[in-house]
This record gives sequence, C-alpha cells and structure tokens, in this order.
Amino acid sequence: MNDLELTDMVKRVLFDVAPDLEGETVDPDIPFREQFEFDSMDFLNFIIGLHQASGIQIPEADYPQLAGLDDCVAYLKARNV
Amino acid sequence: MPSLGADMDEGTLVEWLKQPGDRIHKGDILAVVETQKGAIEIEVFSDGVLRDCLANPGDRVPVGEVIAMLDSGKASAAPTGNAALAPVADARASLEPLVPGRKVTPAARRLARESGMDISRIVPDGTGVVGLQQVRTHAETTAPPAGPTGRTDLKEMRKAIAAAMARSKREIPHYYVSSDIDVTALMDWLAKENAARSVADRLLYAVPLFGILARTLLETPELNGHYEAGEFSPSQSVHAGIAIAMRGGGLIAPAIRNVAGKSLDELRLSLTDLVGRVRSGRLRSSELSGASVTFSNLGENTADTLMPIIYPPQVAIIGCGQIATRPWVKDGEVQIRQIMSITVAGDHRVSDGRSAARFLSRLEKHLATPEVS
Repeated sequence: MNDLELTDMVKRVLFDVAPDLEGETVDPDIPFREQFEFDSMDFLNFIIGLHQASGIQIPEADYPQLAGLDDCVAYLKARNV
Repeated sequence: MPSLGADMDEGTLVEWLKQPGDRIHKGDILAVVETQKGAIEIEVFSDGVLRDCLANPGDRVPVGEVIAMLDSGKASAAPTGNAALAPVADARASLEPLVPGRKVTPAARRLARESGMDISRIVPDGTGVVGLQQVRTHAETTAPPAGPTGRTDLKEMRKAIAAAMARSKREIPHYYVSSDIDVTALMDWLAKENAARSVADRLLYAVPLFGILARTLLETPELNGHYEAGEFSPSQSVHAGIAIAMRGGGLIAPAIRNVAGKSLDELRLSLTDLVGRVRSGRLRSSELSGASVTFSNLGENTADTLMPIIYPPQVAIIGCGQIATRPWVKDGEVQIRQIMSITVAGDHRVSDGRSAARFLSRLEKHLATPEVS
C-alpha cells in the first residue's frame, strides 16, 4: 500500500474502534491518547483492529511506535503492508 | 420510572418502542428515557402484554411514578415500576435534532449536548463537518463571563456527578487508607501471559487487577455492599462499578456483575464489551444500578494517587493510581520495581480503617502471586 492507502486504513480502524469520532479531523502528529482522550482499552482495541486490518503481528513492545497516525503509517510501511 | 442511581430524580420520556397490545418478553426494550447521564433504554424484566402507556413523549416523570401497565397474565396487571423494569443508558446520537446541510460527529454532538449548546449555532469546518474542535472553539468564543466568584454554569453530567458526590460527602463519613504496593510480579506474569496470546486476546493489567481486587473483597465483606435506611447489607458477590471516563468530560461507573467468579477471559470480554458500549452509548439498566463497590483505575501515564469518593449506597470505593517505576527495598536491597498506590475509601458507619488496612495487606499478598490469585 502507498502512504495514502495506509493512512486511510489507519483512520478506518480508528473510527471503527471509536465510532463516536467518525468524521473527526485526525492530526497526524498528535498521539491518539492526547488527541482523543484514548485510554488503555481504546488503544488496545485500536491495536487489535490494526492487526486484523493489516494481518501483521504487533508485539506489545512495539505499542509506543503506534501512538499517532504518522507513527502508524511509518510502522506499517516498514513492515511492507 | 426506574432509578438509575442516587443522583437521578426524574427522567424525560423520549419514545415508546412498544405499543399497547404488544407481547413483550423479559429483556425487551420498552422505551427510551433521557436523563442527566444520557438517554436510557428501559428494559422489561418479565414477560407479558403491554396494556397501557401512561406517559407521553416529552413528559418529565419523577422516579418511582408508574409509566406503563404490564399484564403478566396473572389476576391483575402490575404497574411497570422499579420492580418490573430496569433502564439502560444510551447516549444515542440519533436523538439529537438533525441540522440540515451539516454533518455532526457523534462525539461532537455529545459534547455539545452535555455543554448545553445549540448545535445549529456551531460553525462547521471547511467541509461542513462539526467536530470536537468546532464545539470546543464555539465554547471558548461564546462562554459567558465568569461571575464575581469565577463560577460558570455546570453541565448536565457534571451536575449529576456533583449531586451524587455532594450527597456522598454529606451523608457518608469517609475514611481513607492507602498503600504503595509492588505489582512487579503481576506485570511480569502479564507480560508472559500476553506473549502467549494472540493480539486480540491480550489482557490489560486492569483485568487481572480487578479480578484480584474482587476476590480479596470477598475476604472483607464490610467493604462490599449497600448502606440504606440505617442498615448495612453485605453483598454475597462482588458487583464492581467500573469508573470509565467519557470523551469530552464526565464519568460513568457501570457494573460488571460477579467479578470474583469470572475467569480472566470472561472478565476481559466483559470489560471490553462494557467500555465499547459506554463509547457507543449502549449501556444497559442493570449495569447502572446494583454495583456493590466501585473500582476507579487512573491508568497509564496519569497520576500516582487517587482519593475517590464513595458512590452511595455503596460503602467503599477503591482507587488505583498509575504504575510507577521506583527504587524499592526488597530482600534487603534497593531494586527497581513497579509500584501502584492503591487507596480504599470506606464508610465509617460500616467499617473502620482497620478493615481497609486488612484488605490492602491481603491484596498485597495476592498481587505478589498473580498466577494463583
């Protein structure tokens, strides 16, 4: 996938796990926790959604690399998603 | 009109979802009621035929007043009051008036409603969407000037929280007992457990923590139950209200029933389901009442200590701070350990600080051996 497709996929996962945010503008640089008051459960659901959408395994140790939109795109790109 | 808690005095009927003559079954949703906590779906707790609807959409009905008559097939029809019904919270965005030519995100709609804003007056972004940012900008630009005391109007949910907490502080003689507890063993065990699980089945530390809290509470029954009409009624099971922060402000503490009797995966699924329904506005009535104790967990990257306020008629609440990495003396030497500050707020009419201290001491032992706790 190219950057645009990866961005769309991450946003789709984000809105799937937090449907009340559907339509919100996502600032690519700000961590979801800060931007949308994500708690641990929101973030875990996001990771699960990302795993299901991309098909890649995401170890717990990698969670800090998935804090925001740009982080996620870079992470997925580096794993050839 | 069923009560959803100590802070609810009345509800506004939004709509009937069943009509007179309809056969209804236990668990069916009968009506939607608007409260300070959002819209609530009224759930039926027995089978029968709906005979009459006694309130109209838009009516404000005091708690305890009969709103419908249910013919259960017995000698006489029973009014569907508290005994027959229980409500379900539902912050359904669809209840908000639609604004032509404009898209409003559910989160923005909720924040606007809780802030008492007229959504039609909020300026959308360049694409015609009203999001959280637009609501916040609207609030900043239109907020009334603070009065001489600096006070501003309280929002609806804030009013409900304030009413419940003011009542709690007025009526309940609180005491607080706190311990810093080494949870390294729990976190080590969790890391191994999660490494063996698929991504979808991984556990948040709150899952084993809540399970251990609940099982420890069974050993300290004076911290688990209700105090009403001058008497304490201990609960045989631990029905834990879980404090969940709402996006945009506010707090709600729906209950998971029989936490101590649940396996890790049952508790994981219950917690995931509950938080998901809080976010999407699909709570059930039975979850908004009946908690015998409340767990309030601040979570990661927050603060060390929480001094919580008991939610009446409960007699205790347990506050968990963030897990902090600290130097800690263990086995006669200083080690780097993961520490959580856990606070018990108890009701002096039912227990003393010694009960809470005993609870924390037992909890510390259980948290040190999570694999058997």
